[in-house]
Amino acid sequence: MALLKYESQVRAPLVEGNKDYHQITEDICRPVEGRASTLWWIGFLISVALLLFGVYSVYREVTYGTHQWNLNKTIGWGWDITNFVWWVGIGHAGTLISAILLLFRQGWRTGVNRAAEAMTIFAVMCAGQFPIFHMGRVWNAFFVLPYPNTRGPLWVNFDSPLLWDVFAISTYFTVSLLFWYSGLLPDLATLRDRAREKWRKSFYGVAAFGWTGSTKHWQRHESLSLVLAGLSTPLVLSVHTIVSFDFATSVIPGWHTTIFPPYFVAGAIFSGFAMVQTLLLVTRKVLHLEEYITIEHIDVMNKVIVLTGSIVGIAYLTELFMAWYSAVKYEWFAFEQNRANLFSPYGWSYWIMMGCNVVSPQIFWFRKMRRNLLVTFFMSILVNIGMWFERFVIIVTSLYRDYLPSSWSTYYSPTIWEVGFYLGTFGLFFTCFFLFAKFFPVIAIAEIKHILKKSGGNYKEQMTPVEEEKVEEFAHAHTH
Amino acid sequence: MAIKKFVVSNFYDEQILFPAIKGVRKQGYKIHDVYIPFPIHGLDAAMGLRDTSLHTAGFIYGITGTTVAFSFITWAFTTDWPLNIGGKPFFALPAWIPIIFELTILFAAVGMVMTFCYLCQLAPFVKKDHFNPRSTDDTFVVVIECSDKTNENEVIDFLTGLGGADVEVQYRETGWWIGSYDKEQKLYDHNVETLVNP
Repeated sequence: MALLKYESQVRAPLVEGNKDYHQITEDICRPVEGRASTLWWIGFLISVALLLFGVYSVYREVTYGTHQWNLNKTIGWGWDITNFVWWVGIGHAGTLISAILLLFRQGWRTGVNRAAEAMTIFAVMCAGQFPIFHMGRVWNAFFVLPYPNTRGPLWVNFDSPLLWDVFAISTYFTVSLLFWYSGLLPDLATLRDRAREKWRKSFYGVAAFGWTGSTKHWQRHESLSLVLAGLSTPLVLSVHTIVSFDFATSVIPGWHTTIFPPYFVAGAIFSGFAMVQTLLLVTRKVLHLEEYITIEHIDVMNKVIVLTGSIVGIAYLTELFMAWYSAVKYEWFAFEQNRANLFSPYGWSYWIMMGCNVVSPQIFWFRKMRRNLLVTFFMSILVNIGMWFERFVIIVTSLYRDYLPSSWSTYYSPTIWEVGFYLGTFGLFFTCFFLFAKFFPVIAIAEIKHILKKSGGNYKEQMTPVEEEKVEEFAHAHTH
Repeated sequence: MAIKKFVVSNFYDEQILFPAIKGVRKQGYKIHDVYIPFPIHGLDAAMGLRDTSLHTAGFIYGITGTTVAFSFITWAFTTDWPLNIGGKPFFALPAWIPIIFELTILFAAVGMVMTFCYLCQLAPFVKKDHFNPRSTDDTFVVVIECSDKTNENEVIDFLTGLGGADVEVQYRETGWWIGSYDKEQKLYDHNVETLVNP
């Protein structure tokens, strides 16, 4: 047993059932190699339809201008930036799971990391659409890049948080994509070597980059994963920090608070895990992967949700307290009148946020609830609704009544094209996810094999007598 | 790049694989490679491979990113076109930290992945021979390279004795080429035997 790392029986197995290496390959490749189910087609077509609606909404915005949206001089950021921050936040769970949990040596990440990383990439893709199309003249979007231009060259403003955001989001997308794809290579090679049809061999042959599984390559691959994890960890924290700087460095009441960076990062992890739950609960059921994404995984993720939800809750209360304690009347007005006052125009959104993000996740203090799939699914949706409203509250309730009452806005509600754009990103997200689930292994095959002999159910069972013996030996030695 | 002669042996259990590697090395046979479906910690050391310095390369790329970002922004905002932004100093270092940090990460990550692909010869449309397609599934494939003097029957017997299954001789290309996995390709028109043993 010298080779195999020993893991205590107290920890539940991460892979259930009687598995060996080949069985793992079979189980995870089955959905990829089989025919798409009717359910898949229905979901895929709905997603494509949403995507097309989104494309049309964006077409209207590009052709006729931003007045297709109900934004005005006072509420210059509305649904678009709300959706941007919401999607970026969701895009934090994947890298958190794969990078930070890799550094913390959390074995359970192996079951969920591949799908979560894919989700991250798709969510960041969706997020990026909003600031780009919010520019209005989208054909000039490349102006945000510091390239030598004929206007001087007049460089971009490196002092501006909005430009930091450009760098943060594009770096985050690139690094996540590289991390995800380098991890996928060995699994794509597995699919390639199993493929029978010609197109499959050809497709996975190209996609797997000629991976062979040489020990030297694995050694480099491990080194690469570890360093990329080390790089992604501060990166993932920096990205939402920088997103929060978009607000925190301004002078708008409700925005310029130093609590924003940690509060945004916690919120991002919170909403990201909720989205992972939503996706994986369905994926594991549809693809029959319950033995790899176990109740244990769901339980652990719910613990993260209750932790980060509570951090977010404390942040809400802290900013409320500070608004009062600072004795700045504008600040207090933003919180007391624009947000907490249920009868103010947007008061309802503040209380939806409070209810969904702070109150409802407390249900996960109970083990029974954490392990209840229906409750988890319902909660994951609720949390994402709550987190959407958090961004809406921050953006709209701060903007619509600022220092100057004469510039206060009337009630802002989105046009159909604003909503359509949002629905369109849902379409993009789920279209990508459906394609991913059909053509790529949703679980990291190699990584599951790596932990099998330590955390697999059947192997742990074999360990039980050894452990009992050791405990007895220990007790014997220490009682006499 | 050339076609060479190999003795290929399959293992299914790490606990047999490790002593076998030890035995092969003790005997003095040259291990061409061991193909495994997932990383096995300690196998590289057991095979006598030296540590990779990929992380050092990553560090150098990272520092390059820091330098590029810092020097470029400094040049652009203090020398090339100083802009008065709200009365802030032209050399506003604290405000540049986010971008400098992001570019450090970006350079390190992109550089490392490209170096990794270069070192392992990985790219789209690259094709390589590997000895047993099951080595990406559940089989650990130990490949011994034969020289002119090697008695392959002896090697086969030796590996079988160590617990290897389906030990056989294979002629394979060692390098990579642009090709496709959906068809069998012959790199050389000549008879393989004559190429290997001229």
